[in-house]
Amino acid sequence: MSEQSVAQGIAPGQSTQQPAATTASRFHRVFGGSVGRNLGLVIAFIALCVVGFVTAGDRFASVDNVMTILRLAAVIGVLSVGMTFVITAGGIDLSIGAVVGLSSVWATTLATQTMAQNTHWIVMVGVGVAVGTACGLVNGVLVAYGKVVAFIATLAMMAGARGLAEMISNRQTQIVKVQGFLDFFRADLLGVPVLVWMFLVVAVAGWVLLNRTTFGRRTVAVGGNPEAARLAGINVRRHVMYLYGLAGLTAGIGGVMMLARTTAGTSTHGQLYELDAIAAVVVGGTLLVGGRGTIVGTVFGVLIFSTLTNVFTQNNLSTSAQAVAKGVIIVVAVLLQQQFASRSRGAP
Amino acid sequence: MVIADPARPFLQMRGIVKLFPGARALDGVDLDIRPGEVHCLLGQNGAGKSTLIKVLSGAHQPDAGEILIDGERVTLSHPVAALRHGVATMYQELDVVDGLTVAENIYLGHELATAGFSQRRISRQHTHKLLSRLGHGDISPHQEVGRLSAAGKQVVSMARALSHDARVIVMDEPSAVLDSEEVANLFRVVRELAAAGVAVVYISHRLEEIRQIGDRITVLKDGRTVASGLSVADTSTSELIRLMTGRTVEHVFPARPAIPADRRPLLRVEGLALRGVFSDVSFEVRPGEVVGLAGLVGSGRSEILETIFGARRATAGRVEVDEVQLRSGSVPTAVRAGIGLCPEERKSQGLLLDEPIYRNITLSTFSRFAHAALLDERTERAAASTQITALDLRPADPDRPARTLSGGNQQKVLLARWLVHGCRVLLLDEPTRGVDVGARSEIYALIRELSAAGAAVVVVSSEIDEVLGLSDRVLVVSEGRIVHSGPAAEIDEHRVLDLVMEGSAA
Repeated sequence: MSEQSVAQGIAPGQSTQQPAATTASRFHRVFGGSVGRNLGLVIAFIALCVVGFVTAGDRFASVDNVMTILRLAAVIGVLSVGMTFVITAGGIDLSIGAVVGLSSVWATTLATQTMAQNTHWIVMVGVGVAVGTACGLVNGVLVAYGKVVAFIATLAMMAGARGLAEMISNRQTQIVKVQGFLDFFRADLLGVPVLVWMFLVVAVAGWVLLNRTTFGRRTVAVGGNPEAARLAGINVRRHVMYLYGLAGLTAGIGGVMMLARTTAGTSTHGQLYELDAIAAVVVGGTLLVGGRGTIVGTVFGVLIFSTLTNVFTQNNLSTSAQAVAKGVIIVVAVLLQQQFASRSRGAP
Repeated sequence: MVIADPARPFLQMRGIVKLFPGARALDGVDLDIRPGEVHCLLGQNGAGKSTLIKVLSGAHQPDAGEILIDGERVTLSHPVAALRHGVATMYQELDVVDGLTVAENIYLGHELATAGFSQRRISRQHTHKLLSRLGHGDISPHQEVGRLSAAGKQVVSMARALSHDARVIVMDEPSAVLDSEEVANLFRVVRELAAAGVAVVYISHRLEEIRQIGDRITVLKDGRTVASGLSVADTSTSELIRLMTGRTVEHVFPARPAIPADRRPLLRVEGLALRGVFSDVSFEVRPGEVVGLAGLVGSGRSEILETIFGARRATAGRVEVDEVQLRSGSVPTAVRAGIGLCPEERKSQGLLLDEPIYRNITLSTFSRFAHAALLDERTERAAASTQITALDLRPADPDRPARTLSGGNQQKVLLARWLVHGCRVLLLDEPTRGVDVGARSEIYALIRELSAAGAAVVVVSSEIDEVLGLSDRVLVVSEGRIVHSGPAAEIDEHRVLDLVMEGSAA
């Protein structure tokens, strides 16, 4: 989804009432549109930071704390990028949290770790990512070719993957013993944790994929009007399969990141992460009905939630209060979205 | 037929006008309905029948004119108000809830209840009485409606109308979904209703049926009443067809250039069939030729186009472009071969309404503007802009969302899409639906230009004069079969309508 079309959806007055599209106005539209669209999120984020600073002072504003926030945001962030694609195409993936658990377990089995020790730690990464992608493709085949409703297909995968993870690990926590893996992923690069770099790389790659490639264009088309996309000659089914594969891929990467963060693989990793990811995507401004998606918004959505958690923790507030705040944010964000949507419908 | 009180109409509509953006759907309609009569409403597609029904049922508010019931002026502000005044409507798509029982459906919205608890036993008794009145006491009130046949559902719908003490029941093409035996049954019920003093407004395309069941006829054309209260017995079929087809607005159609006879066909369709929809469809289209498919809604016209395009998998037959056979049931294959379809429902089947115009234009070609999957939006936009200029699309701003365009311009976006692609075979389904009169001529000229440039064009339209005026050759489709094929200049509207209706009456 492009910057300008989203801008038109949210602020029709900016572009639709200017029939003459000069280069200057187009520049303004692209630039102003992007900022304008995310303005609400930026304001919410800044307000949250101000609250954090006022209530917790330097404990909140320190470099260490910022890195903590980002490190905690990283896994959900990566998952949310994959989720943004699925939701933009009008789908949903409830399985990614469970797939995070499964891929973390599969990457730390005795066999995998032995192989990794004998060869290279990258084997563990490869296994984790491959398991995630495979689960995603199974979802994709079920949804695209089996015509199973996405909600149900991925719900089944959620139960299945979690169960399989428990069977493989025998419900035991599997410690990561491959030192090379830990050395690499738990290090800092230029003062920033590797996990945060990974989030950044995935987010940038996701942005380019959604906004600048044919894959992204197909995603928006399939979400906006699947029948029109089909009648324009787009292979809608194959694309839907790829989309769930992509969400699985990000879940696999998330599983590997969980290993790095906790130094262990367990079937309980990633519990309810799918819901956090959906919340971040929706708060970020991606339409649940499909046809409009924004990676920048998703990143802000993720940051808002992880900062919120941090602010509450710094102030020793209960996780229950935090959950209530989260709920309020989601509802307000969706209400605002609907306002914008109906306003863009009413545009001349 | 029993006419209870012929002197005094129960319901009168006077000078009803209904405006839609860019069109006068109704432009002064008069209708009077007497108690106990079967009043038939006739008119071509787009004559305003559906709009009139919606005004009558309270779904639309007229912009001018008045409605009198028992001589008193009433306002039917919403469907419930219409029901309270005794006007019930049975829509073509029967509005019954499949998951509920017969009794629950009949009392839907006006449940018999005491203190919130539904009186199931009483409502079942009432239901049984209503069904018996319709001669269908055999249908159990407990039965789940989803398990009934279309005819059964219709009876439920009628019983519901009666449960509101309806004095007028409007039936929109009730026979369309029924077989001949069920139609006979329907007629019996309609006669019984009429005998009991209930007026029935009966809409059908089948003149044969109207002869059998109707008492009086009102003919609509272009949103106006052209004849009202004609007696069925005294009006000839040719007179009715003349009333339905006589034009007030003549469209300007471009001239038909002669096509060199030695041109080989570009599109060849042979023995194409889709089970249960159409069968044995064969025709050829040469470059520079426009072939029109005429027929009623539901005759299989749109499905023929969709099957040629691969959007439906044919059960038999084949499609060739330039003597190369296409794989059936694959849109990408058809598109690669150079076929483009502009679908009937532009908004739901053709456009990404919130996306900018240029992306709608390049929807089937954007991968051409990519290097290693990275889109080059500058060349993409330039290609779209070229077509925007060529087709005189307005406003000529490629960044506007498609939603903001008028119907005619949205149609141009779809044409532009296939022009960017370089399509040589264009399948146009209802190219002027929702397009106002001025823009129509533009679309017609455009279609001719494209064909003159070497495209093979197939046009489907409900408007017979459009098919005849635009095409070189006409195929008349009725009930999934091609019943006539010949040069457009050698057939007239009456004959086409005759063929179409003969086919349907079978």
